Amino acid sequence: MGAGHAHKLYREGRSPVHALPPHCKIAAVFCFVLVVVSTPREAVWAFGAYAVLLAGVAGAARIPAGYLLRRLLIEIPFVAFAVLMPFIAEGPRVEVLGMSLSESGLWSAWNILAKGTLGVAASVLLASTTELRALLLGLQRLRMPSLLVQIASFMIRYGDVISDEMRRMRIARQSRGFEARGVRHWGVLASSAGALFIRSYERGERVHLAMVSRGYTGTMPVIDDVTASRAQWTYAAALPLTALAVCLTGWMLP
Amino acid sequence: MHVPDGFIDAPVSVATGAVAAGAVAVSLRGARRELDERTAPLAGLVAAFIFAVQMLNFPVAAGTSGHLLGGALAAILVGPYTGVLCVSVVLLMQGVLFADGGLTALGVNITDMALVTTVVAYALFRAIVKLAPHRRRTVTVASFVAALISVPAAAVAFTAIYALGGTADVAIGKVFAAMVGVHVLIGIGEAAITALTVGAVVAVRPDLVYGARGVTARPLEIRSSPLAPATPGAVARAEGPAAEPAAATSGTPGTSGTSGTSGTPGTPGTPGTSGTPGTPGTPGTPETSEPAGAPEPAAAPRRSARRVWWAGLAAALLCAGVVSFYASASPDGLEKVAHDKGIDQKEEDHAAKDSPLADYGVKDITDARLSGGLAGVIGVGATLAVGSGVFIVIRRRRATAESERG
Repeated sequence: MGAGHAHKLYREGRSPVHALPPHCKIAAVFCFVLVVVSTPREAVWAFGAYAVLLAGVAGAARIPAGYLLRRLLIEIPFVAFAVLMPFIAEGPRVEVLGMSLSESGLWSAWNILAKGTLGVAASVLLASTTELRALLLGLQRLRMPSLLVQIASFMIRYGDVISDEMRRMRIARQSRGFEARGVRHWGVLASSAGALFIRSYERGERVHLAMVSRGYTGTMPVIDDVTASRAQWTYAAALPLTALAVCLTGWMLP
Repeated sequence: MHVPDGFIDAPVSVATGAVAAGAVAVSLRGARRELDERTAPLAGLVAAFIFAVQMLNFPVAAGTSGHLLGGALAAILVGPYTGVLCVSVVLLMQGVLFADGGLTALGVNITDMALVTTVVAYALFRAIVKLAPHRRRTVTVASFVAALISVPAAAVAFTAIYALGGTADVAIGKVFAAMVGVHVLIGIGEAAITALTVGAVVAVRPDLVYGARGVTARPLEIRSSPLAPATPGAVARAEGPAAEPAAATSGTPGTSGTSGTSGTPGTPGTPGTSGTPGTPGTPGTPETSEPAGAPEPAAAPRRSARRVWWAGLAAALLCAGVVSFYASASPDGLEKVAHDKGIDQKEEDHAAKDSPLADYGVKDITDARLSGGLAGVIGVGATLAVGSGVFIVIRRRRATAESERG
């Protein structure tokens, strides 16, 4: 267990955003993204307003812009897809820089880029201001089945262990001169995966036995139950409500 | 295939979210049956396994590589309910923590990648295992076919969701062709890795493969026979899961022994070597277990492999033929709307417009559904021809390599 259990996505801080109860933050981010997705794509200014809102949250959480932008890079595959959009979409064509592009394709590309980026940015903000354990507790507070939360927490807890085992096997393969170059090496990768499965399954059985011997009855006790005051809910609701106002204005204005 | 926010509109996102929630609720109930009360730690560890395996990049062609989706693998190894649950949890965590796949698209992603792949793969797997002769080899071949079909099935499901609520203005036929075309290729890699992985697990601990319980129950009968073969490790292993969870502690010394052998799948004592008919000269190297997965290089059980191959072909043809019946209705609608509104006047003619397969229908056949289905069947045939060609080339190359080695 070389790797620490604090995941690298979380950014330590003492801002008011960090202090909010996790379930308020999850609900706020989810509602915000839903509002963003249902905004008409023609209301270009609305997306600018959303970006300003998120920048405000990032400022309140004291998250530097460079950090946020670096984390946004995960989006790149979709950007590549969105760039293709104007070339393959149907509909009337417009001339841009000597290329014939589909007008609706351009709109689609804009739509996916804007909404996708805002969604990713909101998730990144959530993950970097909320501790992993708090995030899982928050999901439980939001009435997600406790079994599902337990499975997720085991996955997170042992994810590092299993990935490390995978990495050790890879290093062992490499130090014996193996390099996966083509189809012929799939068999080696697959037998590694098989060995990894057996190890994780047996570890799961051992963990279960250890839990049973310590009095596990099928549910995990929640020791530090977090509750949110009305003021905290109001504070968290500020983001989606402002976004909703922007969205409604976007629908009203042509 | 992680769908970002804004790709599918809000109503369909909410609807698929409801479907996904229902599927997860059913799986939670079913998983308790599959894993007894060990659900939480075992499913969590299996989810962590799938998460790790998704990082396992396999080279597809020069310079490019794909990664496993893992739905079929999970369904075969731990059962369909637990499989749905594990892949869903992986997707949830990827969405919330790593922003991989949008939060509002979570329903789409779970329905598509957790539900469809797992259910299709497991249904196919069980059907083949039931129909084909009960042998260990059948499990490997069945998992190959199940994984092969499950990935394009997810692509078809994505196209259906896109047809309902896609925000981009691309013809459904194009999306269908692009998605299915790409994912047939990914499916081949997924199928090979899944089959080989399942084969490796079956060789070492057949009792852990949920989908093969009916098949691997046979070797247990040997235990009661007085002429029991000299594999005491297998007997000890077989006792482990059959016993009560409390008694499973007594099985741990046996399992710790097997985890040692798991690193070397080809050790002479393990039953794995009996399943690999190729290259009897070098049983120690892990590469010898490789031919077990691909259906072609089998020497002795050629007949069963061929039967399975035909079954797979029939399934693929059925998919392409029947599914495109339903797919072909939508582009017609879209094209009709475009005509009515007169917005396609400026549309430039495609260079291949007169090709026999343009617009995903066969020329000179007026019935839209029939021609769409026919085009799908021809597409599958072409893909299959290319795929078999690749396999034949690989096999030949391997055969020459072996003859040089021997």
